[in-house]
Amino acid sequence: MMRNGNNGKNGSSDAPLIHLDNVGKTYGKGKIQVEALKDVDLTIRDNEYIAIVGPSGSGKSTLMNILGFLDTPTGGTYRLRGEEVSGFGGDRLAEIRNRHIGFVFQNFHLLPQITAFDNVEMPLLFKGTPARRRRQRVEELFESVGLAERMHHKPTELSGGQMQRVAIARALACEPDVILADEPTGNLDSSAGGDIVELFQQLWGKGHTLILITHDNAIARRTERTIRIQDGCITEDTGVS
Amino acid sequence: MRLGLIFRLFRNSAKIQRKRIVLTVIAIAWGTVSIVMLLAFGEGLKRSLHRSSRGTGEGLLIIWPGETSIAYAGFPAGRDIDLLPEDVDLLVRSIPEIGSASGEMTRWGTLIRYSDKDLIKKITGVHPSFGDMRHQYANAGGRFLNRLDYEKKRRVIFLGDELKQDLFGDAPAIGETVLVQNVPFTVVGDMIHKMQTGMYGGPDAGQGVVPISTFEALYGRRFLSNMVLKPARPELMEVMKRRTFEVLGSKYRFDPEDERALQTWDTQASQEIQGKMMLGIEIFLGIIGALTLIIGGVGVANIMYAVVQQRTAEIGVQMALGARRSWVLGPLVLEALSMTFAGGFFGLLIGAGLVEVLGYFQSQATGSAMAFMGRPTFSLPLVLITIAILGAIGFFSGYFPARRATAIQPAAVLRYE
Repeated sequence: MMRNGNNGKNGSSDAPLIHLDNVGKTYGKGKIQVEALKDVDLTIRDNEYIAIVGPSGSGKSTLMNILGFLDTPTGGTYRLRGEEVSGFGGDRLAEIRNRHIGFVFQNFHLLPQITAFDNVEMPLLFKGTPARRRRQRVEELFESVGLAERMHHKPTELSGGQMQRVAIARALACEPDVILADEPTGNLDSSAGGDIVELFQQLWGKGHTLILITHDNAIARRTERTIRIQDGCITEDTGVS
Repeated sequence: MRLGLIFRLFRNSAKIQRKRIVLTVIAIAWGTVSIVMLLAFGEGLKRSLHRSSRGTGEGLLIIWPGETSIAYAGFPAGRDIDLLPEDVDLLVRSIPEIGSASGEMTRWGTLIRYSDKDLIKKITGVHPSFGDMRHQYANAGGRFLNRLDYEKKRRVIFLGDELKQDLFGDAPAIGETVLVQNVPFTVVGDMIHKMQTGMYGGPDAGQGVVPISTFEALYGRRFLSNMVLKPARPELMEVMKRRTFEVLGSKYRFDPEDERALQTWDTQASQEIQGKMMLGIEIFLGIIGALTLIIGGVGVANIMYAVVQQRTAEIGVQMALGARRSWVLGPLVLEALSMTFAGGFFGLLIGAGLVEVLGYFQSQATGSAMAFMGRPTFSLPLVLITIAILGAIGFFSGYFPARRATAIQPAAVLRYE
C-alpha cells in the first residue's frame, strides 16, 4: 500500500491524494503539553466523501488544520500525492493551500467589506489568474452554486445558507484536489443545512474529494466513509479495508 | 500583477476606527510641522551666518606683524618683524598665486567732523583692491577708492554705512567734504549695508577708509598695521601662505617655518569650521524634529496593531486561501504609509505656510537677534528629508504589526475570534 520513491515534485498519479504517517500534534512547550493528535495514520484517495466525527476537543479540528496545511504537525510525515510536504516554508504552504485545498468554515469567513464576487475571486487573484479568466470562472462558480443573481451583493446582505454557498464557490475556485469543510452546517437552520449537504452530494457526484468535519450523525451517514476520532486518536474508520 | 494585487487588497480593506485615524494623522501632521519648522529655521540661520561671515570677505589671509620664535641666520629669536607698504608690491611681484593684496594702516581715535557733528572714529589707509576683497561695495552713485586716488594721494574717503548715517543721516554724502583731523576729505562713496561676523578691529560699518598713500603722507606712518591677501583661486591658499613666508623670510631674515614671525588668520579655514558647526546644528535640529515625528509614528503603529488585531480572522482567511506573507503585509504597510503621508502632506502645507508667515514677521523685525536668526527657509532638500523620514516611520509602523500577524500559523489566526 505504501509507495516509496515518489518524492518527485509532482508526485505520481497513482499515489494516494493524502497520506498521513504517524502524524502527531502537541501544543505548548515544557511541562504543560497538550497532545491534540497522536500517531494518526490516514490515507485518502481521490473522489472520497469522508466525514470526520467526534466530540468537541477530540482533535478533529486539529486534524483538519493539518490536512489543510493551516497548521504543521509536530511529528510524522504528510505526503500529498506522494510528495513529502512536512518541511515546507510559509509561502510554499500558501501555494499548496491555494492550488490543492478548498476551505469551507463553520462561520463562513467571508470578508464582509467586499462583494460576494470579490470574495470568490480572491483565491484566483492569489493564484495569479488573468482578469478575464477570473471573471469567467467566478461567474461559472456562482452559476454552479445557484447564486448567479446575488453575486454582486455584500455578504451581510445574504442569508446564512447563501453565505455558505458563496464560501463553497470560493473553495472551488482554484479547482482544488480536496474540499475541507469544518462544520459547514453548524451555523445554519436545518433547511439551509440540508441544501448545503445536497450541494456537497452533487459535488461528490461530479468527482470532487470532500472531507467534512461534523457533529451531525445524519450528515455523517450520507458520506461513504466515516472517521471517528477521540482523544486525538482515530477510533473508527469505515474506509479501512 | 502582484503589485496590482496588493493595491486591490488595500482598496478592499476595512474602514476602521476613523476617529483614531484622524487623531493620528493630526499627530503626524504636527510632527511634520515641527520638523519642517526646525529645519527651516536651521537653514535660515545657516544662510544668515554664511552671509554675515562673508561680510569680511571670502578666502582671505590676514597677516599681522609678529615676533620670531626661532633663531635664524645669526639673529636670535624674539625679534620683531614689521611690514612695510612696499612689501605688498614685493609679494604681488614675486608670488603669482596672489590674486589681490592690500596693506592696511589704521588710526584709532581720529576726529571726523561734518557740519556740527564731531565723531571719534577709526580711519584706515588701504590699497584700492581692499574694497573688493573685503566686500566693501559702494551704494549707487558712489565708488570705492581707485588707483588714481592712490597714485595721486587724493584726499578722498569711503564711509562705512553706520558712519555715513551718523554724519549725514539720510542726506546724500557723496561729494560732501568731511574734516578728518581738520584735513578736508571728499566723500566718494558709502558702503552698502552688510552683515559681518568675522572682524578684526571692529565692524567695517563704523569706520572710514582712505588711500594708503594719502594716509602715509598725512600721518607720517611707516609700518603697516596688517596686510590682506587673497589667492587667485581658493585652493591656492596654502601655497600662497607658504610663499609669503618664504619671500618675507628672505627679506627680513626669518625662518620660513617660523609660524610666529608673522601672525595670520585664514578666513577660509574658519569658514570651513563654521560650516561644519552649522551642519552639526542642522543635524541636531533634524534629530529633534524626527523624534517629534516618531511620536506620531507610534500612533500609527498603535492603530496598525489594533487593525491587525481586528482583522486577525480576515488575515487568517486570506492565508487559508493561499495569500503569501507579502500579500498580507503589503496592504497593511501601504495603509500605514498612506496614513503617514496624509499627515505629512498636511504638515508640509502647514509648515510651509508658517514659514512664510514667520518669514514675513522676521523681515519686519529690526532687532539684531531676530535679524541674525535669518529668514526661515523652506527648501527642496528639507522637503525630501522630511518625506524620507515620514516614509521610514510609515513603513516600520505598518511592517512590525503586520509581521506579527503573518508570522503565526493560519490555524492560530483563524481560531482567534
